[in-house]
Amino acid sequence: MRRTPTRTAPARAAAVFALAALLAGCGLGDEGPDDGTVTLDYLSLAWQAESVEANKALVDRWNAANPDVRVRYVQGSWDNVHDQLLTSFMGGEAPDIIHNDASDLTDFAYGGYLADLTDLLPPELRADIPEQAWGTTTFDGGVYGVPFLQEPRVLIANAALLADAGVRIPTTDDPWTWEEFEDVAADLTRDTDGDGETDTYGVAWSMSEPVSQSVNLSLSTGGQLFYRDGGENEVRYGAADSAVAELIHRQVNEDGTAPRSSLGMGGSDTLPGFFADRYALLPLNFSFRQQVAQQAPDGFGWSVLPMPSGGGDEGLAQGVAPQTLSVAQDSDHRQAAADFIAFLTRADHAVELARGDWMLPTSTTALADPSLSTEELGWRTGVELAAALRPSPVLGVRGYPEWKDKIATPAFQEYYNGAVDLEDLREELTDDGNRILDRYQR
Amino acid sequence: MSTTTARTTARTAERTRRVGRVAGRTGQYAALVLYLVFLAFPLLWLISTSFKSPQELASIDPTWIPREPSLDNYRAAFDAQPLLRAAFNSLLVAGTSAVIAVAIAVPAAYVMVRHRSRVTRAGTAWILVSQMFPLVLIIIPLFLILRNLRMIDSLPGLIMVYVVWSLPFALWMLQGYVKAVPRSLEEAAAVDGASRLTTLRSVVLPLLTPGLVATLMFAFVTAWNEFFFALVLLKSPEKQTMSVILTLFVGDEGAADLGPLAAAAFLATLPSLLFFALLQRRLVSGMLAGAVKG
Repeated sequence: MRRTPTRTAPARAAAVFALAALLAGCGLGDEGPDDGTVTLDYLSLAWQAESVEANKALVDRWNAANPDVRVRYVQGSWDNVHDQLLTSFMGGEAPDIIHNDASDLTDFAYGGYLADLTDLLPPELRADIPEQAWGTTTFDGGVYGVPFLQEPRVLIANAALLADAGVRIPTTDDPWTWEEFEDVAADLTRDTDGDGETDTYGVAWSMSEPVSQSVNLSLSTGGQLFYRDGGENEVRYGAADSAVAELIHRQVNEDGTAPRSSLGMGGSDTLPGFFADRYALLPLNFSFRQQVAQQAPDGFGWSVLPMPSGGGDEGLAQGVAPQTLSVAQDSDHRQAAADFIAFLTRADHAVELARGDWMLPTSTTALADPSLSTEELGWRTGVELAAALRPSPVLGVRGYPEWKDKIATPAFQEYYNGAVDLEDLREELTDDGNRILDRYQR
Repeated sequence: MSTTTARTTARTAERTRRVGRVAGRTGQYAALVLYLVFLAFPLLWLISTSFKSPQELASIDPTWIPREPSLDNYRAAFDAQPLLRAAFNSLLVAGTSAVIAVAIAVPAAYVMVRHRSRVTRAGTAWILVSQMFPLVLIIIPLFLILRNLRMIDSLPGLIMVYVVWSLPFALWMLQGYVKAVPRSLEEAAAVDGASRLTTLRSVVLPLLTPGLVATLMFAFVTAWNEFFFALVLLKSPEKQTMSVILTLFVGDEGAADLGPLAAAAFLATLPSLLFFALLQRRLVSGMLAGAVKG
C-alpha cells in the first residue's frame, strides 16, 4: 500500500517538533560561565511597568559595577509567590534574593529557609530604617528580610463631591475622627434624583479581603486582635479591637452611607463607581493612586486624605506589612546576595523603587527626598503618615494564614453583610480562631 | 364527501406536522445560537477589552464596541513582557508533549482494549486512581525527581511532566475509540496476512483519526493552559511559558493591568483557536460507515 504524503507528514512533523524541543531545551541550559563569576537569581514581584523598569535598571547598574557578581532578574507574581517559594525551598532550588512581603516571611523564617541577615547587612542600612520597620521582619531575634517599601491605607476622595458637601478637608495634623468620618459619610450620601434610591454613597468599603484591613485599622482605636501572652499569641476581640469594624457594619447595615454591593469587591472594582460619582470616598492602599491616576477621566479631581483617627497620639496608627527583600538560606552566596540587597535599598535607589511602585520607602533618608514631599498625587500625605505606621499585629503569628482563610475571612464577611452580629463574630474569631493558633503553638 | 374530508384532514395534519417541524427546528437553532453566544461571550468581551483605554475600562457603563479603539494595550503588552518568546516556548512544550503523549497512548490503549488481562485491568484502575491525586500533593515529589534528573528549569523537563500529566486521560480517552473499531476489520487484515503491527498501522490507526485528533487537542490545550508546573519548574525568564507570563500583568490585592492583560490573553488564545480550526475537520466521525456490512 502506498502511503500518501498526508499520512506521513504529521509523523515527520511530530519527530521534527520533538527534536526541536530537545535541542531547544538543551541549548537553554543555565550553567554559568566557569570563570569564578557568581550568578545570583533575584526573584522580583514588581509588576507595574514603572516598577519593573526601575528594578531592571538597578540590576543593570549593579551588573555593570560588579562584573564578578552578576544578578539575574527573575520575574515572579504576587498571586503565586508563596506556593512557588515553598516548592523551591523544599526542592533546594530557591532564588538567592527573594522579594516578598513581611506577612509571608513568618513560616519561611521559622522553617529555616531564609538566612538571618543580622551580620550580613551594612550598619548604615540598619540605622537608616526605623526599628518599627525592622520589627516586621525580626523573628526570634533574627532578621529575615529588609523591609524596604510600605504603604498606609488612605482615603481617596472625589474632590468635587467633598466641595459640594462643604465638609472640612482633613489633614494629617488635623484628621477626621472616626465619629466625624461617620457624619461626613452621611453628608456625602445623596439621593440626587429623589427616587428613594441612593445615588452617591459617602464611602465604599472594598472588602474582598477583609481581614488585614480589619486588623490593621484597629490599631487606630487602640486594638490589635493578636495579643502575646507568655510567648504565645492569642486572639482577643474587645471593644477597642472591634470599634472600626462596628463602624463599617453600621455604615452598611444601619446608616446606608456605604453600599453593601462593594463589600465583595477588590479595590480596583470600586474605581468605576468612584469615577461615576457613585462613591465619594474610597479607603484604599496608597499604591492604588497609580490606578486612579491612570484611569481617571479627564478633568476628574481627586485627592488623598488620611484615614480617620481614633484619637490620642496613636490615633492615626495602622498596621502594615512592608515589602521585603530576603536571602535564601540555601544560597551559596549569602553575603553577595545581602550586598545586592544593600545596593537596592540604598536611599537614592529606594526612592526610585518607591516611585515606581507608588509606595513609601522605609529608609528615613529616602523618605526625606524632595521628590516624595510633593503635594502632587498625594505623595506628601503618605510621607506624613509614615511615622504612624506600625508592624501589623499579624506578623510573626504562626497559623495566621489558616486563621485568616478558615475563620476570619468568612466571619468578617458575614458580619459586614449583616448576617451575624458582633457577638457571633467575636465568638468565631476567638473560640474557633484560638483553637487554630493553639495547634501551631504546641 | 368523506374522501374530501379525509383529504382535508390529512392535509391539515401534514401542515400541522410541518409547522411543528419548522417550529422545532427554529427552537433548536435558537437554542444553538444562545449556546454559541454563551460560549463566545468571554472571548468577545476579552477582545473588546483589549482595545479599550484605561479610562474606558474604568467606565461604569461598559460598551461592547470600544468608543475609541486603539492598539495601545497590545503595544504595552509587547513592551512589558516577551510575549513572542513565551508563545514559542508554550507552542514547543505543548506541541511536543501532546505528540509524545498520543504516541505512547495509542499502542497502550490498543493493548488494554484488545488484550484484556489482570495486568491491563489493573492498569485501567490505576489510570482512574491517578486522576484523584491533587496537584499540590505531587508537585514537591515531582520537583525533587526532576532536580535529581537535572531537569529543573529545562523545557524537556516540563515536556516530560506534561506527558506524564496528560497520559492517563489520553489513554482513557483513546480506549473508547479503539473499542469502537470493529474487531472483524482486524481479523480480515490478519486473514490477508497482515502482522499485528501492520494491522495497527494500516487498519486501526486510520480509523482512529478522530480519536487521535481529539486526544491531541486535549493534550495540547492541557499543556498550553497549564500554569503551576511551569511556574515552579522554570526559573529562567527566557524559558517562561505564556500562562506564566500572563500572571505578570496581575499585582497584589487583585490589582491588574487590565488592558495589556486582555491583549496578551487574547493573543494566548489564538494558537488554540487555530489548532482547533485546522484539525476540527479530522474530528468528523462516521469514517467507519460502510466499512463492515451488517
